[in-house]
Amino acid sequence: MEDRSPKKSASNVPDEWFVPLPKEEQQETIHHKGDSYWKDVMGRLFANKLAVTGLILIILLTIMAIIGPFLTEHTYRSQSILNSNTAPNSTYWFGSDELGRDVFTRVWYGARVSLFIGLAAALIEFVIGVTYGGVSGYRGGKVDNVMMRIVDVLYGLPYLLVVVLLMVVMGPGLFTIIIALSITGWIGMARLVRGQVLQLKNAEYVLASRVLGGSNNRIIRKHLLPNTSGPIIVSMTLTIPTAIFAEAFLSFLGLGVQAPVASWGTMANDALGVIQTGYWWRLFFPAFFISLTMFAFNVFGDGLRDALDPKMRK
Amino acid sequence: MLKFIGKRFLWMIVTLWVIITVTFILMRFAPGSPLDIDDVGMSDQARENMMAHYNLDQPVILQYLNYLKNAITFDFGPSMVTRSREVSDMLASGFPASLQLGLVTLILAVISGIILGVLAALRHNKLIDYMTMFIAIIGISIPNFIQAMLFIQYISSQFDFFPTAQWGTWRHAILPALALASGPIAIIARMTRSNMLEVLTEDYIKTAKAKGLSNFQIVVKHALRNALLPVITILGVLVASIFTGSFVVERIFAIPGVGQYFVESITNRDYPMIMATTIIYSTIFIIMMFIVDVVYGIVDPRIQLHKKEE
Amino acid sequence: MTEATTKELLLEVDDLHVSFPTKRGEVQAVRGVSFSLYKGETLAIVGESGCGKSVTAQSLMRLVSTPPKSGSIRYKGEELTTKTEKQMQKLRGLEMGMIFQDPMTSLNPVITVGEQIREGLLRHQKMSKDEATKEAIEMLRLVGIADPDKRMKQYPHQFSGGMRQRLMIAMALVCKPDILIADEPTTALDVTIQAQIIELFQEIQRKTGVAIIIITHDLGVVAQIADRICVMYAGKIAETGTSYEVFKEHRHPYTEGILKSVPRMDGNRDVPLIPVPGTPPNLMNPPVGCPFYMRCDYAMKVCKEVAPPRTDCNESHYVHCWLQDERAPSIKQLHS
Repeated sequence: MEDRSPKKSASNVPDEWFVPLPKEEQQETIHHKGDSYWKDVMGRLFANKLAVTGLILIILLTIMAIIGPFLTEHTYRSQSILNSNTAPNSTYWFGSDELGRDVFTRVWYGARVSLFIGLAAALIEFVIGVTYGGVSGYRGGKVDNVMMRIVDVLYGLPYLLVVVLLMVVMGPGLFTIIIALSITGWIGMARLVRGQVLQLKNAEYVLASRVLGGSNNRIIRKHLLPNTSGPIIVSMTLTIPTAIFAEAFLSFLGLGVQAPVASWGTMANDALGVIQTGYWWRLFFPAFFISLTMFAFNVFGDGLRDALDPKMRK
Repeated sequence: MLKFIGKRFLWMIVTLWVIITVTFILMRFAPGSPLDIDDVGMSDQARENMMAHYNLDQPVILQYLNYLKNAITFDFGPSMVTRSREVSDMLASGFPASLQLGLVTLILAVISGIILGVLAALRHNKLIDYMTMFIAIIGISIPNFIQAMLFIQYISSQFDFFPTAQWGTWRHAILPALALASGPIAIIARMTRSNMLEVLTEDYIKTAKAKGLSNFQIVVKHALRNALLPVITILGVLVASIFTGSFVVERIFAIPGVGQYFVESITNRDYPMIMATTIIYSTIFIIMMFIVDVVYGIVDPRIQLHKKEE
Repeated sequence: MTEATTKELLLEVDDLHVSFPTKRGEVQAVRGVSFSLYKGETLAIVGESGCGKSVTAQSLMRLVSTPPKSGSIRYKGEELTTKTEKQMQKLRGLEMGMIFQDPMTSLNPVITVGEQIREGLLRHQKMSKDEATKEAIEMLRLVGIADPDKRMKQYPHQFSGGMRQRLMIAMALVCKPDILIADEPTTALDVTIQAQIIELFQEIQRKTGVAIIIITHDLGVVAQIADRICVMYAGKIAETGTSYEVFKEHRHPYTEGILKSVPRMDGNRDVPLIPVPGTPPNLMNPPVGCPFYMRCDYAMKVCKEVAPPRTDCNESHYVHCWLQDERAPSIKQLHS
């Protein structure tokens, strides 16, 4: 490969090499790398250690949310005044609260609430946001204009404040939280999908497909869906921690799920009264698990975004 | 330019009107006003007087117009719970503390967020970068009210240096501001970093290099300006998140601010107070968004101020 | 034009190698390039995209992220490859100016053009801001921008593509460097604007005596402006000579190929255009022999096995091709 000194190499070359090279020997072996897009994405995702950590944590947290409450003899609501505020020990692994309820069981019960709200919010956001944004972007023109004005007004409202207001009106509870989160939560997704659709509608390869006689259906299926699904999945993944935070926030304000149902927010709220008394486990465990859950979804969502958008990878 | 500002201003008014109207409608349908509670010793006559006082005996449309007028003049009447006090007075008494906390938080968030983001970008894939981004992800992951409580449990109970209750000296502000700022710091740092990394690959950075400019000149003059432009756009949203965060953080640190009144008013279903706070915070938020848009238009010469951002 | 060789030697590049590490391996973008540049002349480096011509150009000012792997770059006898970044900064803009392919992205969108032109002066010369402004206005006038006082305060987006390229030229020349490196300066422009920019280059060279290295794949541009030409292929030089030698007396089949693939300016429209078939080799894993053997009509066994040595045709003209070896059969025999 290195440049040899001209004289030496020229004289070393055997004379019989000065014959025409057969055509077939002129071909270079072509290394074809036929990895599909999704295989590529998965490869990048699993190469990202932080994202994999996030995924593993999500799986573990989900498993524990399902089985955790059954691992002890306590239920999330069984009280035992005699055992109030006991430090973590062999019966109360994470200690107990002032009513003698088991913090371990309640933490995993809270995980159910948080994960359920996160998933429900993400799904509803998906359905409303994709429909609204898709219609707006695809139809364009006047329809788009009107629909986007509405979104603009809603976008101009402070999100969590509106949720608080809705909760005040609708009253606390698991399902009202989901409704309140859904009423405002889809806006970001709608804007995202509309933007993607508009961009793709005018993309040259879509135009090319149209020129070649591709039907609307085919264009949506072959071009729009595969190209928009990445950002949509990322947005959904990152909605989950936002929703989990919102639930905890509302529960902390007393607007969330109601006693005796446990959620990380209500547990933290209960701990506020004993914060300077040394019952550290009352705050520590719900605080730790809500942070861990948000961490897991955030890093997984970030990893997913980086994997889907190779351009942004630095 | 003026045309854009005018149009944007009109839009702001529309949004405000929507908020005021929506709060009115929501409150009309809200269950359980304090007047429903069978207060000990509240006679029917007293109840009627109260109803009249809050205009609840008038037709809805009149109530609405009245309310609209009052909202514009920031006159929200007396609190339903603390009847002796006007809502606007209560808000006014809480406002200084909330404003101080909010401003300290915002300044802390912007300055440290930008510094961390730039450092991480300049030391891309080095230890500082990894550390900054890890701190950022932690800052995003731990909810502000959890941070506030952890600070009390683990820091201020150990060190007298950080008092928890009351409000007054700058030492009171450190921990609550930190709890409120860490989320915004993380968001700004991540955004600054990724913008910075992108800008540093731009052709005009190469041009600047080809002119023989120093690295400092290139980073500060050519890269930073472009990288920080998009950061301006998220300030409005960050201000909103600092507001809502301050509700709970003020409560946890017992700071006598608007947020604490707001939380109390939620518990007590003190509707005039809830409405007033919502409207005022929404107004501040919407004005912030307006300012952000206009500032962006001024700072970025490419924006002709008639193109709406996507 | 040929008397350029007797002029003062400005820049001498010898056996330059530049590689980039990537995830899939090392890309050997430049693999032993040598050329020299004399005062006041125009040297064109020609080749397909990916042949390493831009990397070569940017390496001259050490603007590439990785320093040259081996070889030397001497500017007025000073070795540049061993200079520190700080030392290079003093040189960039002052001794060599550079302009890039896309004028739309090469100017900072949020800084006035006046400031962008001025800052080079302020960096390299002890000058007050007012003096620098005057100088910058002068420069704008030189590159043909009307109403320069007013234009100084405007932003890049208020200029058209051609105008922006003029701004880039003004920016690169404001400190009166000895060398102007132009990396595909006309590629992103309309044909009519291209001609104007090329004329501007010639005019500026007449006025200032700056030596120009122009990187391009456009042979029309080359024919118009170049005194000497380097034809690059796959990170190496295939053939070098004066403009006349390369256009009329070329010896390398690749040079022949690219000349046949563009329309002729001399009116002979009956000659069909023949594209060079195939694609350049992968520089991650370049061929051992002549990199062009896969696409060459006259390929011999030796071409695949051993890199062709340099054959000097005369003082200014040399070529890397086995066909120049006396043992090689005639072209007619090979082309069957």
